[in-house]
Amino acid sequence: MTATVSITLTVNGETVRAEVPPRMHLADFLRERLALTGTHIGCEHGVCGACTVRLDGEIVRGCLVLAVQANGMSVETVEGASDSGELQDLQDAFRERNALQCGYCTPGMLLTAQELLAKGGVPDRETIREHMSGNYCRCTGYQAIVDAVETTARNRAAARG
Amino acid sequence: MTARNPLTELDRPNSYIGRAVPRPNLTRLLRGRGQYVSDMTLPRMGHVVFVRSPYAHARILGIDTAEAEAMPGVIAVVTGKRLAEVCTPWVGVLSHLKGLKSAPQHAIAVDRACWQGEAVCAVVAETRALAEDAAERVFVNYEELEPVTDMVAALQPDATVIHPELGDNLAFERNLDAGEVDKAFAEADAVAEAEFVFGRHTGVTLEPRSIIGDWNPGEERLTVHQGTQAPHMMQNIIAKHLDLEEAQVRVICHDVGGSFGIKVHVYADEMATVALSKLLRRPVKFVADRIESFTTDIHARDHRCKGRIAVKADGTITAFAIDDMTAIGPYSMYPRTSAIEANQVVNLVGGPYTNMNYRARARVVFQNKNVTCQYRAVGHPIACSVTEGLVDLAARAIGMDPAEIRRKNLIPDDAYPTASASGLKFEALSHHASLDKLLKMMNYDALRAEQAELRKKGIHRGIGIASFIEVTNPSAAFYGVGGARISSQDGVAVRLDATGRIIVQTSITEQGQGSEAITAQVTAHALGVPMERVRVILGDTDNTPYGGGTWASRAAGIGGEAAWQAGKALKANILAVAASILQADAATLDVVNAIVVDKATGTERMPLEEVGRIAYFRPDTLPPGFQAELMTVRHFVPREYPFAFTNGIQASWLEVDTDTGFVTLLKHWCLEDCGTIINPQLVDEQIRGGVVQGIGPALYEHCRYDERGQLTNASMADYLVPMAAEMPDIEIGHVVSPTKESELGAKGAGEAGTAGAAAAVANAVNDALSPFDVTITEIPLTPEVILKALGKV
Repeated sequence: MTATVSITLTVNGETVRAEVPPRMHLADFLRERLALTGTHIGCEHGVCGACTVRLDGEIVRGCLVLAVQANGMSVETVEGASDSGELQDLQDAFRERNALQCGYCTPGMLLTAQELLAKGGVPDRETIREHMSGNYCRCTGYQAIVDAVETTARNRAAARG
Repeated sequence: MTARNPLTELDRPNSYIGRAVPRPNLTRLLRGRGQYVSDMTLPRMGHVVFVRSPYAHARILGIDTAEAEAMPGVIAVVTGKRLAEVCTPWVGVLSHLKGLKSAPQHAIAVDRACWQGEAVCAVVAETRALAEDAAERVFVNYEELEPVTDMVAALQPDATVIHPELGDNLAFERNLDAGEVDKAFAEADAVAEAEFVFGRHTGVTLEPRSIIGDWNPGEERLTVHQGTQAPHMMQNIIAKHLDLEEAQVRVICHDVGGSFGIKVHVYADEMATVALSKLLRRPVKFVADRIESFTTDIHARDHRCKGRIAVKADGTITAFAIDDMTAIGPYSMYPRTSAIEANQVVNLVGGPYTNMNYRARARVVFQNKNVTCQYRAVGHPIACSVTEGLVDLAARAIGMDPAEIRRKNLIPDDAYPTASASGLKFEALSHHASLDKLLKMMNYDALRAEQAELRKKGIHRGIGIASFIEVTNPSAAFYGVGGARISSQDGVAVRLDATGRIIVQTSITEQGQGSEAITAQVTAHALGVPMERVRVILGDTDNTPYGGGTWASRAAGIGGEAAWQAGKALKANILAVAASILQADAATLDVVNAIVVDKATGTERMPLEEVGRIAYFRPDTLPPGFQAELMTVRHFVPREYPFAFTNGIQASWLEVDTDTGFVTLLKHWCLEDCGTIINPQLVDEQIRGGVVQGIGPALYEHCRYDERGQLTNASMADYLVPMAAEMPDIEIGHVVSPTKESELGAKGAGEAGTAGAAAAVANAVNDALSPFDVTITEIPLTPEVILKALGKV
């Protein structure tokens, strides 16, 4: 087996030092080493979006980034983005609209939607659907998710005045 | 709620039945704090990886495990022969499916692999990655055998017989002949026929199948953490095949990342995992990777069904006839069998209509592909697509509008109770009210006008309509009568705790559809307490009443009624305690907002926490001989009707690009009658999700095998599912015909969307293509299929 590599990174604001095999991907690292199991694994080939996390502020597929590539970088997961409160209104909208059933795709959906919402404005439904089209959901049929994102965009726009 | 006058039932305090309250368990899922089995780690846990057959059919001549055993982190390498010492094989048959046969299936193949992906050896190691490394060093010596892949060829006299001891590859055949079919066809003004082809597809649960077996030799108990829909069924099966008493097995179901029927079956690799735990005396975890999901999660459909319809010039349908064939892989699945889908097709074809002349044959065939079994809406999409496809063909043959021919033939709303040609008993359906409402909702006439206008401009849009019936609230008629120890009843225990809170334990399970929510709603409503006071416990054979779990659209109708009855019984007991304390007549008291009040005046008498305090800590102050019973249990199963049928109708509006063959979905409607609606939002979302799971196989989803039995698209990049950008908004409407079998009146809603969506889409595509005089009766309707039909490729 290949020797492990030392990495230092920030995860949800905390500094983490670890020895990892070079082949370990970021989603496995978060789940297995840090027990941050909110980052889900659906396909491990970058298609389903369940493992979406933020790396230095950009959303990435946790299964397509190696843990060693995150060395020196900042990772945010759904747990961190929940604790900071930045997703609260979006989570409330998901809850009210039942925009999740089994919940397995939800962390990835939230972080992906938040990226769109961060651009500001009120995107139309087609734009929302297009933006979310890299994330699988097998339960909802997507309409409730689109509704929840749209509602949040409207609420945020109204709050901005 | 919007203000209404006069006040409705929903305006009363603690009225939750019919209210769209959010599910109480969502916050943890939204914050990444759910607990799925794939998230769990237990002390000393090993991870199992399976070496799987690369061949569809092969004899196992020998397995060399020496190198693998020497690899880092390896705990054990176990062959099928070794595992068979601790886990007995099973045969997936039911006695009420007369003549159904199958062969013994082992947890790990012993001397022969019968599909590509069947496990032939297990490697347990400290991590999944180490187990995968070692699995590559297991050397299996195979002799490839002739695979049987084509279902028609499988029944030919010269076909290789997959299980020679069974004599042939025919697992099951059912024939039905009702009324005067030959006469009807002879006297018809028009006859239409077609062969309908349904591709294999699968559930693609976003969380793959996951299980942990944890055998504790000190307790002599096996704890199983599993993403399953039927914990008590699994407890029974695991005990039976591991030579344990049921009491030695506890099955716990945590959060489940999607099920849809995929997770209600007994999988060989999951049985192997719990058997390995017993063998190795430590926890063993298996999580399927995505390739394993595609090659071993049950597949569904894969039917070829020839259908004929006889019709009179006035639009009266006078006969249906079908000849259905389906291929199920090398084994009938255990314990629900793989003959149920074909059986359902026979039962359901023609079901919405008055016609009583019906002939059907269904044949279920073994082949060397992955096993198939019950997946969301079992048989319904086949039956609905065949029926509704034929009805459209008949309409076209006599020049009648598709909506009109349905109006002419749907069972009248005042005809109930009645039965179908196949003998299905209907308590109360609402086909005509549903059709009327649907046409209004979609503005049918305007849509037809728009379609005609666009056609002049070379834009080809189509409208497809599909009526359907759906089996829900199954009684013992489904499995119990066939000898399977699968409970058709469910139980609910409700308890008032010492702080005035309510704890509910139910035998139904939650996979995201809202079981926990509707249980809390119904219980809170029955008791007169705010829903926030109710905590629901489910999915644990040690801690819930015995019951069936969640499948066949049964949780709300059966488990919901048990919760209603248990809640009412507890309320009566609470009032008895309060009456004895207050020296009042219990009949004059009520519970409102968790406070015992005078029924007549609403005057508050004592809060439930005070009832709890006295009952639990000062029972000495209660009258002599009075015992407070602040926990009640009730069970429920429908007895009069084997199934509570629901009905509905769907419509699709779409555009076909005749140059590229691409289909763009513009809008979808579903009108549905599931009886009493406990939570309108949850029902609508079940239907929307179900519709999309029906659209998937209509347009995209297909497990594509080659002639050697190799699955060629076993990745999410190659197996297409509906994504957000392609799906239309789906409008839902309801007609409400409660079942009188229960006080609640709720029927199931989980599969209605899936039942009729493909038929509506296929009919719409054919409607769009009607100027070209082509009819396509094959799904998925890929661009290739459409362009071929148009003669463009």
